[in-house]
Amino acid sequence: MAQNTTVPTAGHDEHHHESTVVFGFWVYLMTDCIIFGSLFATFAVLRNQFNGGPTPHELFEFGGLGLETALLLLSSITYGFGMIAAHKTQINSVIMWLGVTFLLGLGFVGLEVREFAHLIADGAGPDRSAFLSAFFTLVSTHGLHVTCGLIWIVTLMVQLMGTTEIPERMMNKLTCLSLFWHFLDIVWICVFTYVYLASMI
Amino acid sequence: MLGRLSLSAIPLDVPILVGTFIGVLIVGVAVLGLITYYGKWGYLWKEWFTTVDHKRLAVMYIVLALVALARGFADAIMMRTQLALAYAGNPGYLPPHHYDQIFSAHGTIMIFFLAMAFMTGLFNFIVPLQIGARDVAYPFLNNLSFWMTAVAFMLVNVSLFIGEFSQCGWLAYPPLSEMQFSPGVGVDYYIWAIQISGVGTLLTGVNFFVTIVKMRAPGMTWLKMPVFTWTAFCSSILIMATFPVLTVAVALLGLDRYFGMHFFTNDGGGNQMLYLNLIWAWGHPEVYILVLPAFGVFSEVVPAFSGKPLFGYKTMVYATCSIMVLSFLVWVHHFFTMGAGPDVNAFFGIATMIISIPTGVKLFNWLFTMYKGRIQYHACMYWAVGFMVVFTIGGMTGVMMAIPGSDFVLHNSLFLIAHFHNVIIGGVYFGYVCGMNFWAPKVLGFKMNEAWGIRAFWFWLVGFFFAFMPLYVLGFEGMTRRMNHYDNPAWHPWMLIAEVGAVLILFGVVCQLMQIFVSIRDCNKPENRDFTGDPWNGRTLEWSTSSPPPVYNYAIVPHVSSLDAYMHDKENGIDTRQAGAQYEAIHMPKNTAAGISAGAFALIFGFAAVWYIWWLAAIGLVGVIATIIARSANKDIDYYIPAEEVARIENEHTRKLMAQAAE
Repeated sequence: MAQNTTVPTAGHDEHHHESTVVFGFWVYLMTDCIIFGSLFATFAVLRNQFNGGPTPHELFEFGGLGLETALLLLSSITYGFGMIAAHKTQINSVIMWLGVTFLLGLGFVGLEVREFAHLIADGAGPDRSAFLSAFFTLVSTHGLHVTCGLIWIVTLMVQLMGTTEIPERMMNKLTCLSLFWHFLDIVWICVFTYVYLASMI
Repeated sequence: MLGRLSLSAIPLDVPILVGTFIGVLIVGVAVLGLITYYGKWGYLWKEWFTTVDHKRLAVMYIVLALVALARGFADAIMMRTQLALAYAGNPGYLPPHHYDQIFSAHGTIMIFFLAMAFMTGLFNFIVPLQIGARDVAYPFLNNLSFWMTAVAFMLVNVSLFIGEFSQCGWLAYPPLSEMQFSPGVGVDYYIWAIQISGVGTLLTGVNFFVTIVKMRAPGMTWLKMPVFTWTAFCSSILIMATFPVLTVAVALLGLDRYFGMHFFTNDGGGNQMLYLNLIWAWGHPEVYILVLPAFGVFSEVVPAFSGKPLFGYKTMVYATCSIMVLSFLVWVHHFFTMGAGPDVNAFFGIATMIISIPTGVKLFNWLFTMYKGRIQYHACMYWAVGFMVVFTIGGMTGVMMAIPGSDFVLHNSLFLIAHFHNVIIGGVYFGYVCGMNFWAPKVLGFKMNEAWGIRAFWFWLVGFFFAFMPLYVLGFEGMTRRMNHYDNPAWHPWMLIAEVGAVLILFGVVCQLMQIFVSIRDCNKPENRDFTGDPWNGRTLEWSTSSPPPVYNYAIVPHVSSLDAYMHDKENGIDTRQAGAQYEAIHMPKNTAAGISAGAFALIFGFAAVWYIWWLAAIGLVGVIATIIARSANKDIDYYIPAEEVARIENEHTRKLMAQAAE
């Protein structure tokens, strides 16, 4: 009956549920990328539909925008430092860098909310024209993603506190968040270039 | 406190709905009472609702799909009856307000909750088994996806009795679906049902993509992968590429409605054609998401019942992939009348016609598989051959409509309705039912009753022709879709014939329910039991394990050395199971209540958002997020099945196999 007693387990890591997590999350991010792609396309179609309302030249100013961009780009670097610390299993250092990243991200969201509040107070809210609807939706979808990232950072900081090692599952979570955070940076660069810069020129 | 919700939202003035509500109430109380009486709540919770086993989830998906079929078909026959009555001054029995909700709900339910749920059920049934995997890549997400789909369907049904459903058709075109013209809650029910089920579908797409890429058995290279798995793979890619676009389109419509934005409104610079482009950039690939797996089913069924390998395996794979790519290039054919100009329309028209080439390749492959085969006319083969006839007709009328000039005449006429029912019933539905009959013994351990299956087929086939061929004629005679009543006496006889067809299909549905009932009643008869795990002399790996498979699917992960791996092993005397080998403990995911909890909170959120009950919506949203965070913090998510337990289960099956062989 037992013609074959070799046990083939090669290629089938029994921890396969964890090892595919990062790949799967990357695939998920690509679907998120399509969400942003559709919003960019929507903005492209509606960008000149001012409905007699304000145009980009009257609305956008580069000061706050430069600061926002700087904060977000910097937060990518600090997250990178956090990942280096994670690979060295320096838990306190990871928590510290996650904290710094959180503050930078919070600063970004704060500035964005302030910009939106100004626009709405000036009568340039999302219901003013199709251009503003598309603008608010695209930019705030990015902002909402950053906010989700902030919640995620806090969650992982709490989960890391008081631990002495970083098991594979936690490392996967940190790597996924890393992908997410850098992805949002890339999206922001597109927003900055296409929505703000190209509208000003 | 309760937003827009008040007692007047309950449609007590519509007798049909009150009657339906009383019926649903009686059946619901009876079912819940029976479950309580037999003390099955614990069993249902532990073994089904919280399960992460893909085979259990498959059964739940298909049950959901059959419930959706009942609801969607009830809508269909009500529409046909209305149009059989409502001509020449007779208003019929359904006022426009109610009738418009019915056709909107019919389309929404049939696509999102019958077809998509049935398809996901088949993926779950078969893909992991077919590639020699022990589960999908993300078992928890699989459970979450199911509950998201299920609660979205519940939301659609809640709209029957509290408020109303959308009256804007299954795709809710603006500006009709905007606040200005649809101020009620109907469109909001539609929006949240689509968004919540969309989460489930997107996660399913990611899940099966990763499962197929990462978890194939050793030796199963891409071109040794069964065709059904190939179609599931292409379908998953299409889901990932297009469902985000649907999410965006419907979300922008929601922003218009909730925040007074101007994406698709008449004023403020909105652009309705933007919505049409976005929704069809999802909508056309969607029909291939649905039909490719049906092609996959036929590519497994036809060889099994012809006793031959599939003719032209590689061309089948290439055809599937080309259809996947081409499906992105045809969406404008849904609105040639937009006025994009002759160049654009010609491009999309030709791209559409090109799709008929890989589809034709597939059809000839099935025919050549049957050619000189030892064909057994099992119930599955009836559905397969019926599909070939019906789908070919539907494909040809599709090519007719791909010509922009003729589309200008046929656009939004009943010809279109006949065409897409021709391909969706003949292709998708026949395919999924065929797949259910084919794989039922694998999942349940017993065969489905054949006599009732064949009766169901004949009623469906004949009923289909009676119901939809008249619609082609009516389209040529100028009758448009979504009419509530009409004055042209020449249309009436055709509408009566279509009504006869709908009644015949009703018999088909009843036969299917009978088939399920009789199959379960007779499941212990020896001739129905599947002891071997291989009732049809199957070719692919899923037939090598027991029926129903153990929770871990394969005690020893099979090695694949050729296409049709199991047939290869059988022909060469290799024991795919490697019975009696040294078993090892198997790592498995634990059941979780996180999926059903997130689903319940999503339902609360959706319902509250429809009625502007913001505090409740906040509770729902926070509940979903808290559930996911709690799940992330939970460390108790897996367990090991000890080697002795694996050996006990496997030896039991080996003993049965030997007893069977000795007979």
